[in-house]
Amino acid sequence: MEFTLTEEQRLLQDSVSRFLETECPLDRVRESADAEITNDPGLWQGLTELGIHGILIPETLGGVGLGALEAALIAEALGKTVTPVPFVANAVMAPVALMSAATDEQREAWLPKIAGGEVIFGVGVTEQIARRESDGITASGGKLNGKAMFVLDGADANMLIIADNTGALHIVDATADGVARQKLKTIDRTRSVAEIVLTDAPGDVLPGSVRDEEPLRQTIDAGRLILAADSLGSSQTMIDRSIAYARERKQFNRVIGSFQAVKHMCAEMASDLEPCRALVWYAAHAVGAIPEESRLMICHAKAHLAEVGQQVARKSTEVHGGMGFTDLLGLHYWFKRNGFNRQLLGAPELVREEAARLQGWI
Amino acid sequence: MDLGYTDEYKSFRREVEQFLADHRNHAPSGAVRGTDDAKRWQKLLIEQGYAARTIPREYGGYGAEPDILKNHIIAEAFAKARLPPGHSGDPRLVPTLLELGTEEQKQAYIRPTIEGDMSWCQGYSEPGSGSDLASLSTRAVVDGDDFVINGQKIWTSGAKTADMIFCLVRTEPDAPKHQGISYLLFSMDTPGIDVRPLKQMTGDSHFNEVFFTDVRVPTQQIVGRRGEGWFVANATLKHERGSLGDPNAAESRFYDIVEMMKEETIDGSRLMENANYRDRLLKLQARMLSMKYNGMRVLTHNARGEEPGLPRWIVKLQGCELNHQMAGMAIDLMGELGILYDNSPYIRDAGMWQHRYMMDLGLIIGGGTAQIQKNMIGERALGLPKEPKYEEI
Repeated sequence: MEFTLTEEQRLLQDSVSRFLETECPLDRVRESADAEITNDPGLWQGLTELGIHGILIPETLGGVGLGALEAALIAEALGKTVTPVPFVANAVMAPVALMSAATDEQREAWLPKIAGGEVIFGVGVTEQIARRESDGITASGGKLNGKAMFVLDGADANMLIIADNTGALHIVDATADGVARQKLKTIDRTRSVAEIVLTDAPGDVLPGSVRDEEPLRQTIDAGRLILAADSLGSSQTMIDRSIAYARERKQFNRVIGSFQAVKHMCAEMASDLEPCRALVWYAAHAVGAIPEESRLMICHAKAHLAEVGQQVARKSTEVHGGMGFTDLLGLHYWFKRNGFNRQLLGAPELVREEAARLQGWI
Repeated sequence: MDLGYTDEYKSFRREVEQFLADHRNHAPSGAVRGTDDAKRWQKLLIEQGYAARTIPREYGGYGAEPDILKNHIIAEAFAKARLPPGHSGDPRLVPTLLELGTEEQKQAYIRPTIEGDMSWCQGYSEPGSGSDLASLSTRAVVDGDDFVINGQKIWTSGAKTADMIFCLVRTEPDAPKHQGISYLLFSMDTPGIDVRPLKQMTGDSHFNEVFFTDVRVPTQQIVGRRGEGWFVANATLKHERGSLGDPNAAESRFYDIVEMMKEETIDGSRLMENANYRDRLLKLQARMLSMKYNGMRVLTHNARGEEPGLPRWIVKLQGCELNHQMAGMAIDLMGELGILYDNSPYIRDAGMWQHRYMMDLGLIIGGGTAQIQKNMIGERALGLPKEPKYEEI
């Protein structure tokens, strides 16, 4: 029984973290945000060389062929430095959709390109989780019509995978006629989401997803796991920064971290977040090793990290006092990253309700 | 990540399960220590290596090499079979004696303690010394070959029935507070000891006040040297803290609540059909699972002989709070029935949840309050500075 990361997993995460600590300091995040860039070309290039886009893609198709736990470790590293680079849809959800439902031809056409960073996929599944008003996509005769909201990595993508109202998944060229895209301004300026309106747009259906919900569900699971892991990393940075600040900032001739009121907030954040790490590891490990548990565990990881991430975001801002509220300190990038992760792919109450259904409680 | 066990451990698990299946009718009903049935069961378990497993044979134990995974397998097998597990004597005293006791002390006390013939209570806290335990003021003065003890202890669990006490006393009043304490062992039958039960909010009297008036204890009853008692005691505090947040217990408590929600009805609807209750249940489930996997992480570090760090520091704080919140939820599920107590008609589960809800608050406070836990997490795990001493401000 070994409930811990392997040496290889640690090295993988360290190599991504080291690259990002050097190349993705707060100033660079701020520059990208101010320029409305959610895919920093230099970071994209470096991360491509590290192989992160192909993390889940088999070696025979140009990837590195690793599993959900490795993908989660990368997401954690990206969250730590609030990295403005597409990952959740492009490197995780799209490959999972393609691997679970595409034909060999479709896989060979797209997976090597994703792994090599030659294409960016956005993924639109929001309507299959919580559909609002008139949103939704209908498919007939290879043509798609309707509106998909909150398409992940959607503004940076040149290709899309969109779920229709039956749950079937379609590959759509984002630059084709009949595809209208509007980038949505969100609180989180490090990642992009888009509204996609399709008018007789050509779609290439993933046959395995027709009349079988499983590929769609696996795609959503994968995305939820990644958002949870991203919040884990992002929250860890907020705690680390709080501790560093509390050890330095003086009031009443004392560093504020020596006041119990401040110390206890730090201890509460750390003791709430630390067990989340074990939950994310377990959920990610379950994807390959204990598939009968993985969906439930991912629901819990997604919802619980949303709750703990929200508390950490709030308390760490308070530990920083007035500075926490300023743009100067930049803590708000992490605050907003956690907010994004909480709302997308199912807010906590909805995801918990799904966990209840999965256990046969309703 | 490898959540499976090697063949050695798998066959060990089968061996334990087989033993329990074969000896089910030898088990005493309930886990009450001190009865003849319980002592016979304990001796059987020691012979088998399922109790006092790593205590050397010369002191009455089984004498196995430490193996955390085997301990874990034993604990799981007993829980699964719903049979009372064995014990290793007093979880704080026996490890202390093994580490720091004299040969005579080990010979005299360990065997009867692990076999259940000798029970102990802990004389640490005092009315004026709770979280600041090192400020304790019970005095012991050397007179001839004896210490003469005067003072008072409080929160002493089991003092009414214990045969012996391990007790912290101040022997060097002029030394700094941590360096003036000694650790003594003596019989609760010694003249001059007065035990008064302390009734607690649950209605039980689990704790006591213990008064010492000119209690004479031979000087060789000290563990370690004079003035070293604080460091001797810390060896035992370490053993106590890890045990107050058992994830197996939290998991079975959680599923008891699930069963209650499936069975109980209000206005003809099962409680599980109420979305508010359900959401609260699922929030608790996520926390319970997190602590379960956190426990597996700690176990892995321990098995490798590594210091687990933060994942271990948080166990008491998180585990006790989670149990308390689960009991609180069970009471809310019962609505009006949740106020019933003792042997009232209509009471559910013999009032277990009401009792636990209060008991758990005691556990949140006892063994290092939640606030002390947060200080330790902040200072030792996160590296935040200590509160300045009063005289430094």
